[in-house]
Amino acid sequence: MSEKEVKNLEEIFEARIARDEKIEPKDWMPEKYRKTHIRQISQHAHSEIIGMLPEGNWITRAPSLRRKAALLAKVQDEAGHGLYLYSACETLGVSRDELYDQLHSGKAKYSSIFNYPTITWADIGAIGWLVDGAAIINQVPLCNTSFGPYARAMVRVCKEESFHQRQGYEIMLTLCRGTQEQKAMAQDALNRWWWPSLMMLGPTDAESVHTEQSMKWKLKRKSNDDLRQQFIDQTVPQADILGLTIPDPDLKWNEETGHYDFGEIDWEEFWQVVKGHGPCNKERMSARVNAWNNGEWVRDAAMAYAEKKEANKLKEAI
Amino acid sequence: MSKNWPLWEIFVRSKNGLEHRHFGSLHAADAEMALENARDVYTRRNEGVSIWVVESKNITASNPAENGEMFEPAQDKVYRHPTFYDLPDEVKHM
Repeated sequence: MSEKEVKNLEEIFEARIARDEKIEPKDWMPEKYRKTHIRQISQHAHSEIIGMLPEGNWITRAPSLRRKAALLAKVQDEAGHGLYLYSACETLGVSRDELYDQLHSGKAKYSSIFNYPTITWADIGAIGWLVDGAAIINQVPLCNTSFGPYARAMVRVCKEESFHQRQGYEIMLTLCRGTQEQKAMAQDALNRWWWPSLMMLGPTDAESVHTEQSMKWKLKRKSNDDLRQQFIDQTVPQADILGLTIPDPDLKWNEETGHYDFGEIDWEEFWQVVKGHGPCNKERMSARVNAWNNGEWVRDAAMAYAEKKEANKLKEAI
Repeated sequence: MSKNWPLWEIFVRSKNGLEHRHFGSLHAADAEMALENARDVYTRRNEGVSIWVVESKNITASNPAENGEMFEPAQDKVYRHPTFYDLPDEVKHM
């Protein structure tokens, strides 16, 4: 195809997206669209998969059967979300194996929030309330993104996500209405998860390199800073109901803007964690890689069994 | 690793009376495992009463680049639609 023809196709393509038409896997698309989507959707999938690890840590120690059943269901949902997203990503012509390879080799990133440890039960509450809360804010606009399989996966994810946040908030509420020690535990979890949750919504607009292109393709409908503000505005009153204090001395309601003002985010910490120097980066990667490697004989055995069964069927037919 | 699990397309009937609809895909060693995995991945909240699994390689799809030849012939056949026919207003519902 000549350069001019590609340019023409690109214009038609951009116009389709501008008209809110969806792009489906077999449609022509610019190489950059394909690559950007593979990167974003796979990162999203990896985050769901790695996201199971901090919470999985508490399944055996959940304080009641009710909490255990809920946490187990939530972690199973994260696995499901990872699978919806991997399958959406594979429609772009990348194999599951390549995607896993990128994760295991460290070439692909996942959300840096999962590199923090879950040291008390209250962390499970804080993750549901804050981390899933921030994830919902990030994900809801993606239900309308331009790539059909991604948008459809996100609709399913968003439907399931609201239980995650509510179960987390309920854990926090129970702790806050409990003993002094329990309330202190909830406050401690909020103190540790607040800032990483704000970072989860991404670098500031000034630092965000992909924003303009992503807006055009509807991979992004609001800027990182707008999403962050939305998260803060909605979360502060929820903390008030719990009777907890947000660990930010500069946080205050601004009558004029109709939003909360908040303090400086430590972006140095964010970039350190992204680069692999967070508290749990190594632990998460090794847990994931070990799970994959140690499961290899099971996958091979299942495949060998399937092939044997198929061969027997053929023999009987003859 | 010897061989990767193949990809399967998953179709779910959400309730009797409705058709099976494409829900997504997943990897499994064989059809039976694809059904079991589909139940766990796509029907955790009673989304279905019946599941079909089809190995992806067995699906033949039309090519959107040829949508013109494929679908345009139907566009100029307005006489296939009821509104093409002029009837007096006295004939109320037909």
